[in-house]
Amino acid sequence: MPKDGGIGASSKRREDLRFLTGRGKYTDDINLQNQTHAYFVRSDVAHGTINSIDTSAAEAMPGVLRVFTAKDFEAVGGIPCGWQITDRHGEVMQEPKHPVLAEGKVRHVGDPIAVVVAETQAQARDAGEALDIDITELPAVIDMRDALKDGATKVHDDLTSNLCYDWGFVEENRDAVDEAIKGAHHVTTLELTNNRLVANPMEPRVAVGDYDFSTDEHTLYTTSQNPHVIRLLMGAFVLGIPEHKLRVVAPDVGGGFGTKIFHYAEEAFCTFAAKEIGRPVKWTSSRSEAFMSDAHGRDHVTKIELALDKDGNFLALRTDTLANMGAYLSTFAPSVPTWLHGTLMAGNYKTPLIYVNVKAVFTNTVPVDAYRGAGRPEATFQLERVVDKAAREMGIDPVELRRKNFITEFPYATPVAVEYDTGDYHATMDKLLEMSDHAGFDTRAAESKKNGKLRGFGISHYIEACGIAPSNLVGQLGARAGLYESATVRVNATGSISVMTGSHSHGQGHETSFAQVVADMIGIDESQIDIVHGDTAKTPMGMGTYGSRSIAVGGSAMVKATEKIINKAKKIAAHLLEASDADIELKDGAFSVAGTDKSVAWGDVTLAAYVPHNYPLEDIEPGLEETAFYDPANFTYPSGGYGCEVEVDPETGKVTVLGFYAADDFGNIVNPMIVEGQVHGGLAQGIGQALLENCAYDAEGQILSGSYMDYAMPRADDLPMFNVDHSCITPCTHNPLGVKGCGEAGAIGSPPALVNAVIDALQRGGHDVTHIDMPLSPDRVWAAMNG
Amino acid sequence: MTKVSMTVNGKAVSGEVEGRTLLSAFLRDDLHLTGTHIGCDTSQCGACVVHVDGKAVKSCTMFAAEADGAEVATIEGQANKDGSLNVIQAAFKEHHGLQCGFCTPGMVMSAAALLKENPKPTEAEVRDYLEGNICRCTGYHNIVKAILAASGQDVPAVAAE
Repeated sequence: MPKDGGIGASSKRREDLRFLTGRGKYTDDINLQNQTHAYFVRSDVAHGTINSIDTSAAEAMPGVLRVFTAKDFEAVGGIPCGWQITDRHGEVMQEPKHPVLAEGKVRHVGDPIAVVVAETQAQARDAGEALDIDITELPAVIDMRDALKDGATKVHDDLTSNLCYDWGFVEENRDAVDEAIKGAHHVTTLELTNNRLVANPMEPRVAVGDYDFSTDEHTLYTTSQNPHVIRLLMGAFVLGIPEHKLRVVAPDVGGGFGTKIFHYAEEAFCTFAAKEIGRPVKWTSSRSEAFMSDAHGRDHVTKIELALDKDGNFLALRTDTLANMGAYLSTFAPSVPTWLHGTLMAGNYKTPLIYVNVKAVFTNTVPVDAYRGAGRPEATFQLERVVDKAAREMGIDPVELRRKNFITEFPYATPVAVEYDTGDYHATMDKLLEMSDHAGFDTRAAESKKNGKLRGFGISHYIEACGIAPSNLVGQLGARAGLYESATVRVNATGSISVMTGSHSHGQGHETSFAQVVADMIGIDESQIDIVHGDTAKTPMGMGTYGSRSIAVGGSAMVKATEKIINKAKKIAAHLLEASDADIELKDGAFSVAGTDKSVAWGDVTLAAYVPHNYPLEDIEPGLEETAFYDPANFTYPSGGYGCEVEVDPETGKVTVLGFYAADDFGNIVNPMIVEGQVHGGLAQGIGQALLENCAYDAEGQILSGSYMDYAMPRADDLPMFNVDHSCITPCTHNPLGVKGCGEAGAIGSPPALVNAVIDALQRGGHDVTHIDMPLSPDRVWAAMNG
Repeated sequence: MTKVSMTVNGKAVSGEVEGRTLLSAFLRDDLHLTGTHIGCDTSQCGACVVHVDGKAVKSCTMFAAEADGAEVATIEGQANKDGSLNVIQAAFKEHHGLQCGFCTPGMVMSAAALLKENPKPTEAEVRDYLEGNICRCTGYHNIVKAILAASGQDVPAVAAE
């Protein structure tokens, strides 16, 4: 029976009422009194020298208050990068300056050059179009291979080349991996591209800056997944504002998917300009602007080699990747192809020797950073594609080849520096085959053949690492931040509770699921608990939401704070009941003395804490409010088996997804309804990557897919109903809830399953096709089939 | 500036607008009905769908002046008179048909228009009708379920979990 409340219940979301009635409060819904509007004038060329900017005509336009250019930001820092990689030679990465507004040169289409602030949005835009900017266009480097050639145009003149870093992992294994591959019975090689994507949360980015002269306090309202991180980065590194004078609010946020983690120039601009202008300054991105200013995702070019013995046992894996950084280093960009990618290359398999090389490259394109999965989809895609290709080359069933190499004993230390605590990969594979009626596939394929279609089934089996941690380890790896999370549990006098969390909800439903956890622990109704997030003035310093970390890290902090509350409340109850606190039990919202019928209600204890007339004042303080910071001991490792069934029309090359099956092991689950929703969304983004989406540049660096007219967002009629299951559970061993995280799995596991399915269909149809680069658009599939 | 008058959610309203002012901007900026969202600039995303004289319209594709004299309905006017969620809104909540909520107003307004013209749509008809509404969070699965449920059809029979 489904539970009707607490951990494990599919509680309906309390957020929905405001979103369904148009009462959500997104950043663009915030309009401050006397507000002004900013319009960013952006480069329309990929690379060029700024000769002059004549602002006089624009400044004379109606409603214009001021035009800002780089010279206004001379006393201000650049946009900082939050992760420093040390390369395989012991050198730190090349780190170019990232000015708020372009200084002397523009380096990608969309690079901001000037900003007009005016009374209305239309006036700012009109004046922006009247700016006279003289730019000499320079040759642009777009393709990463070109960017690394000797004599290539440099994106940054002050760097030695376009190579950001050359990372090797694990460097000591390099020669052993080479030897193992040389001597192997069979080596499968695959060269592939992980296509550049644009995250495209439906809410474009918005920033509203405000400044109060009487208190010297700045406020920034912004579409962020992590307001405290923005406050620290912008305050300490860009504008020089101490935290106590800077408040960052991220109210309802309309989706993030990674691209709203990062600190952007527009946030710094609006905060800075509000003080300069003396009035609030608001900027709302258009969708076209989003395509050239939101950090993009993926964009790797990879060669992977898998060595096997004659029985199909994996012996060694070597992978070489070029990772596009774009023109500047976005906040966490350097970590994505390295620590979030290389550490996942063991996948679910006991491959004994692994070597990962990544060269990060500057190009004249929009910066690239974390997008749903961030490094883990890139790792999973190449690994699950090469395993499938190896199975086909060796004539081994792809399911059996995977099973033969599955890790079965836990904890398991991989050769790429991580230790999986739990998992049961055979269980999720079994569940997948059952859900997808794998046994009945041949009958369905025969039916398709009769209709002139090619049917295929593809599998992938993924591992994910969520809740990146612990802080002291990630610090050694180059993170310029901690990766803990925080929670303050404030119990009010009458027993209701406000939980202030450092996690941020932008669609994940924390206001519902986090309340379920606290309600379950205390035994009171969920309606008695409110979750407060998204405002640095209200919440303790926290790192925000990304990397599927909220319940595993933020939830654990909340549990720890609630445990402190319960411990103190038991002491108060013991006093009221004239018993020893060791004998006090908490159940269903009441404290009782074990083995007796003496009890006191939750509300009586909380009231005593704030009206301490009958209270052990000599032993404990009044009040009932506790804070916990939780720094995990390890990542969590969700895993799962994904299957995709497709039909290919040989006449047109069109791929139709007939069924998608996801058997995930997320550990324990707080709200199954929300978890399923997270998987659905991830699947749609992964299927979108595999079938539809591509951020395309031409050779001159113009974005060819810069709007929804050109960038193929998945629509309702592109996708099937999904079949998802989360009944295979191996709880995480190192966090109090035994949870692993579920936000990114769908986007990680689905692209290789879909591509494997199409290759399966084509090969069953007699076509000698071993790989097609994503997205598998009809023209690419048709071209592959027809040589 | 031109004076426009219209009925929005049953209430007579008027305002002064520029010729280029879009209906979406008039609703959001002049009437402060911020439930209508702007998710793109090419009339693709559908977050701004409202009803004008009973028809679903992308309010970013219509000038405010064009709606002069029209009956306009937005997400703010969809709940029942007692403030409770209407059948479609309640189905979205029941079936988890929304996550971040940004596309939701447009989805609900499109769903209402669909069910008006096709009270018992098939799954394929729902998906086809939603071609002009983009959601990035849900993968559409639960939106389709919610709309089928709102039409009074048996959801488990048409939608796998």
